[in-house]
Formats: sequence, C-alpha cells, structure tokens
Amino acid sequence: MTNQTNTIIHSYMKMRKGAAEKPFDLRKRPRPAEKLIQGFLFACGALSILTTLGIVYELGKEAMLFFRNPDVNLLEFFTGTKWQPQILEFGILPLLNATLMTSAVAMLIAIPLGFSVAIYLSEYASPKARSILKPTLEVLAGLPTVVYGYFALTFMTPMLRSIFGQNIVQIYNTASAGLVMGILILPLISSMSEDALSAVPSSLREAAYSLGATKLETALKIVFPAALSGIAAAVIVGISRAVGETMIVAIAAGAGPNFTFNPFRSAETMTGHIVRISGGDLSYASIDYNSIFAIGLMLFLITLGLNIVSQRIVRRFREVYE
Amino acid sequence: MSRIINQYSPSQIRSNNKQEQFDSNLPVRHRRAKTWHLIFQISTVIGIVVLMALLYNIINQAFGFVAFESKVNPDSLAMDGISLENLSKEDLIRIIQDKVTASRFRTLEKEKPFLARSHEEVYSVVIQEVVKPKVADSWSLFDSLFHRKTILVESAEKYPQARLEFHSWIGWDTVTTPQSSNPLNAGVRTAILGSLWTIAITILVAFPIGVGAAIYLEEYATQSWISRIIQTNINNLAGVPSIIYGMLGLAIFVRAFNLFTSGAAFGYTDPANANGRTILSAGLTLALLILPLLIINSQEAIRAVPSSLRQASFSLGATKWQTVWYHVLPNAIPGILTGSILAISRAIGETAPLVVIGASTFITFDPDSLFSKFTSLPIQIYQWTSRPQAEFRNLAAAAIIILLILLLGLNASAILLRNRFNQRVS
Repeated sequence: MTNQTNTIIHSYMKMRKGAAEKPFDLRKRPRPAEKLIQGFLFACGALSILTTLGIVYELGKEAMLFFRNPDVNLLEFFTGTKWQPQILEFGILPLLNATLMTSAVAMLIAIPLGFSVAIYLSEYASPKARSILKPTLEVLAGLPTVVYGYFALTFMTPMLRSIFGQNIVQIYNTASAGLVMGILILPLISSMSEDALSAVPSSLREAAYSLGATKLETALKIVFPAALSGIAAAVIVGISRAVGETMIVAIAAGAGPNFTFNPFRSAETMTGHIVRISGGDLSYASIDYNSIFAIGLMLFLITLGLNIVSQRIVRRFREVYE
Repeated sequence: MSRIINQYSPSQIRSNNKQEQFDSNLPVRHRRAKTWHLIFQISTVIGIVVLMALLYNIINQAFGFVAFESKVNPDSLAMDGISLENLSKEDLIRIIQDKVTASRFRTLEKEKPFLARSHEEVYSVVIQEVVKPKVADSWSLFDSLFHRKTILVESAEKYPQARLEFHSWIGWDTVTTPQSSNPLNAGVRTAILGSLWTIAITILVAFPIGVGAAIYLEEYATQSWISRIIQTNINNLAGVPSIIYGMLGLAIFVRAFNLFTSGAAFGYTDPANANGRTILSAGLTLALLILPLLIINSQEAIRAVPSSLRQASFSLGATKWQTVWYHVLPNAIPGILTGSILAISRAIGETAPLVVIGASTFITFDPDSLFSKFTSLPIQIYQWTSRPQAEFRNLAAAAIIILLILLLGLNASAILLRNRFNQRVS
C-alpha cells in the first residue's frame, strides 16, 4: 500500500517537474479527425433535408410543366369531374373523390374499433393479456400492404358480393378497399391511442374511483379526455396513412377514374392512378408523365398538412402531469 | 352522463328522494359498464379474428384440388404396361423424339444434350413438352377438405378429360424455378433474388447514413435552428406516403442519374437495356424511404444509453468521438439493430415505389449485377393478384407465404441478435 502510494507520489513529482519545464497546456487541442467525423455525421443528418428538397423540387417542376401545358386549365383541374387524358380532360375530382371515399370507409372502421381496442388494452386488460394482445395486433400493422390488397380482392369483395348481391357490388369497388384499409389502420390508431391513455397518471383514475365512478365512467369521462391530444394525433396520422395508401386501392378499388359516390362501384384513387400510369413504360415527355407528378404533389401537400397538424396538436394540447 | 355527475352534487344527495334515485340508478350504471366492457373486449377479439381470417384466406388459396387437363393423356404414353414415370431414360427420350417436332427437339438438344440429362430432367421435359398439363379449374383448401364429393362430381361433369389432383401451390419448386407464363411451373426465384439484391443495397446505404444521422442528432446537435429543422424534417418525412418516394426515385435515380444507375458511367452496357430502371435505383429509393424510420429508431436506442456512461468517459479525457464509439454505440447497438431490422422488413414488403420506378413485370433470368432489370417478391405478388385467372391467385397466395416466412425469419433474427448482444454488454 505504502509502496503504491510512493509510486504515485513519485510519478506526480515527475509530472510536476515536467510541467515546470514546459507548462501543461489545458487549451483544447485541434483535432482534425474529430471535426471530419462530425462533418460526416452532420452530412448524414442533412441528407434528410436534401430528400425533402428533392421531393418538393421534382414534384413542383413536373407539376409546373403540367400546368403550363396549353391543354390544362388550373380551374378545370380542381373543378372538372372527368379525368380522361386521352381526350385531354384533366379534372382531379374523380380521383380525389375516390381517395376520400376509401379513406372515409377506412376511418369508419378504424376509429371506433381502434378506440375500443385502445381503451380495452389500457384500462381493462390484465398485464399478461396485454403482453400477448398488443404484439399480435402489431403483427397486423407489420404485414406488407400488398397482402392486404390480396385479402381485399379474394376475401372481402366476395364476402360483400354474397351479402349485398352480385349485381349491386362490382368486382372492383371502393367499399372493399376501404374496409381492408380500415383493418390496416386499426393497429396504428389503437397502438398510438393506447400509448396516450397509458401515459395518463393513475392518480386521476384512483381519484375517480374514490368518488364512486365505475370503470367505464372513469375511462370515458376522465382518462379519455386527458389523453385527447394524443388520440387526436393518432386519428390524423391514420387519415394521412389512408390517403397515401396505395397497394390496397391499386388491387381492389379498380382501374379507371370514375366520379361516383356509390361505394360498391369501382373508382380509381389518386395513388391507384399513379401506380397504373407509371406501371407501363412511360415516356418522359408525355403529358401523362407530368400529370402523375401534379397528382403526387397534391398527395404530398395533403399528407404533409395532416402530419404537421397532428404534430401541432400533440405539442399544443399535451397535458403535462407531474 | 351529466345526470350522474348531478347526482353527486351535495344539495341533491342531501335529499332522501335523491338518495333513492341514486340507489336505483346504480344497477343501470353497472349494467352499462358491463355492456361496454364486453364491447371493448369484442373489438379486440375482432382485431385478432381479422388477422386469423387473413392468414386463413392465404392458406386456403395456397392448397387445394386442381383439375389438370393435359394435351396427351400420360396413361397413353405408358409402354408395355410400365407407367410413364417408371420408364427408362432411353424410352422417355424416344417419346420426346416421337411427339415433338424435329426443330423443337434440336433446340432442346442444343440447350443441354439429352444423354447428359438426368432421368428427372428428361421426365420433366416429357411433362412440359409432350403431356402439357393445363389448369382447368382450382378449388380452395376449405372446399377440398369439406366438399370433396361436390368437387368430384363438378369436375367429372365440366372437365371429363381432366385429372383431379390435390395440389400444393407452394413447394421447393416454387422457390427454385423462375417466372413463367404457365402457372404450373412458375416460381419466384427471380423475384426472391431481386428482393435480396435490392435489400442488400438498401442496407448498405441506409444503415450507415441512418445511424450517422441519429448519432449527430443525439450526441452532437446543439439547440441550433439547423438541428431543429433536421429533426422536424425527419419526423415529417416519416409520414410521407411511400409512393411519393417512388416518384422521387423515378425523377432522380432513374432519370437524372441515368448515367450512373444504368451503369453506362462505369462502362457497363446492359444487353436488356434497363434504362435506369435497375436494381441500383430500386435499392437507393428504398434506402431513402426507410431512412427516417431508421433514424428515429436509432435515436431512441441512443437516447436510452445512460448519460453517466458518457460523463465517465469524458472525465477520463476521452474525446467526443471516442466516447460515442467505445461507450455509447456498443450499448445502443442492440436497440439500433432491432430498429433497423424493423425498418428493413418494411422495405422488403414495399411495393408501390418499386412499381413507380419501373419494376419489370416479367423477367425469367436471374439478376446478375447492380445494373440488371429487377423484380421483387411483392411486385410478383401484385402481378399475379392482378391477373384474372384463378390459378395465378393461388400462386400469389404461395408467394405471400414465402414473403411472410422471409419476414418472420428476419424478425426472429432481430430478437436473437438483440438477446445475444444484451448478454455480451451486460
């Protein structure tokens, strides 16, 4: 022990001696390699900004070419009810309408079911049941969307046709695509809502119980409102996902723009149209090529808007508990 | 509900009358609570049932009875009472010589001399070139198991010439044979190889960049406006529909960087002329697509590393990068790997962006370089699903099972990897 102490003191003295000869420099040494690494890491992060700029630039550029085309009228683009590039009719309403219809059907399924599942998992289920049910539902969210498309066409559509009749329900229809899309979005909404519900402190629940509230009253009147910001964000993310969903509608909703409010008829959504047009060999100079970028730009703006709103809601209305 | 709250107000509870009302109301409230408990429970069960229905539907389509109609009845080819499959190789070759036109025989001989082929190979040539089986009709697994008799009757009525056989659409053949226009010998070999090539590029590009960006945002970024913009931007990019990435890939990788993605800049000329619609473009597009997800997942893993570790490292005089490399990353790597594998399984199942950048719909040759045309498993499924013939739907179901097995294996490996690293770190 003493020996060791001696060595330490000895080396310390030696250091002091060295320091006396040449003062120990405490200033930060320049480290070029560190700077290089930091620069590389920054570049990795900045690539995401380049991606966004790339999306905005490319979509914007091609969309501009589309709108500059003498055959295209901006007013007609937003109000026209016919999308038939062969006869130079470019009205986005049929595509937009189909997108809104499939999304509406999807949300009609996903919101009530998603909320119920979220409340059940966070308020009712035992920890063990939750540990089995939650990953099982997340498997649903992890399946490739083309599998859902297959499910819509080979299961949901025949089922709808046998319930409502072969003459009423067409082989390709927006209802079937929307229903399956609802199933796809259900785990997204339930999982996000469940996170929000679980984040509500248990003191709130206990206070409600102590006042004699039933479990249901506690869940619906106390916990649910307290988690509302997270739940609203989940719904908006779900809508944005439904609007951008592609493969289900490309497989099950039908090909060919069709302005109809009947969910049992075929109609092509914005995403479905982009997939069908770009599926063939497309010449870069054609108006078809430009037109899908105009549709893409609209799709991008809608989903971006929804995502920004959802982030705002979370930030603005989040209730912070101690 | 507001009624219930009113009953709690002191002025009302004081009155005896109200107390009675409260008591009589209690069973109603309890009943309501029970009903809704049941509703919530049923909703959860519905979610699980749908998952089961999805899997059932796929398996139901992948197996079942098939009515084969062949051009030549295989029984008529039997010689001297020996059935076709038991004939010797020489006899089989003689059958081919008899039944196939001379020029076709020469082409087959040129592909591979008959004497050099094995018995199985010659037999399969007989089946494909002479017997030529065709699918007349196919039934689902459920019907095949429970309505066997009806199928037998129906098949005998509609296709008297046909041979009814229980057929599994998925098998080792499906994995090893390339795409074909005949559903009986179509496989997913090209699609699987295409998927693997694409994903390899996606991983090589996205993993280092994603982890790098996550390290920057968690360890280096100060509260400056630029890092705030990067963070918000990444969150927004994660919500952009995948098809938009496909259009970005089409405009940038396929069109603008055509010189590089078609391989022309490296002196590579593709005989099939993919024109930028190559494996390289597909891999890069998918890399851009999963980057935000990968960054967010890696950030969470890095954030979970306790800051005491960093401070200990700094206090010993380590530089920032030394701290990150020797202390933060080894502790965060299980989380990073799990997150990355989740992101990669998303890329494997992604279809829409690949359709947009121009996946080939029908290729029968294996991809052999970064600059070959490509197809992938989900694209193949999409193609087969979109065809009107029922037998291609059966094939699509088989391809879906292969895709799901691939994804399952990937996720299982994620769990295994995490467990191994966890042990080593602790």
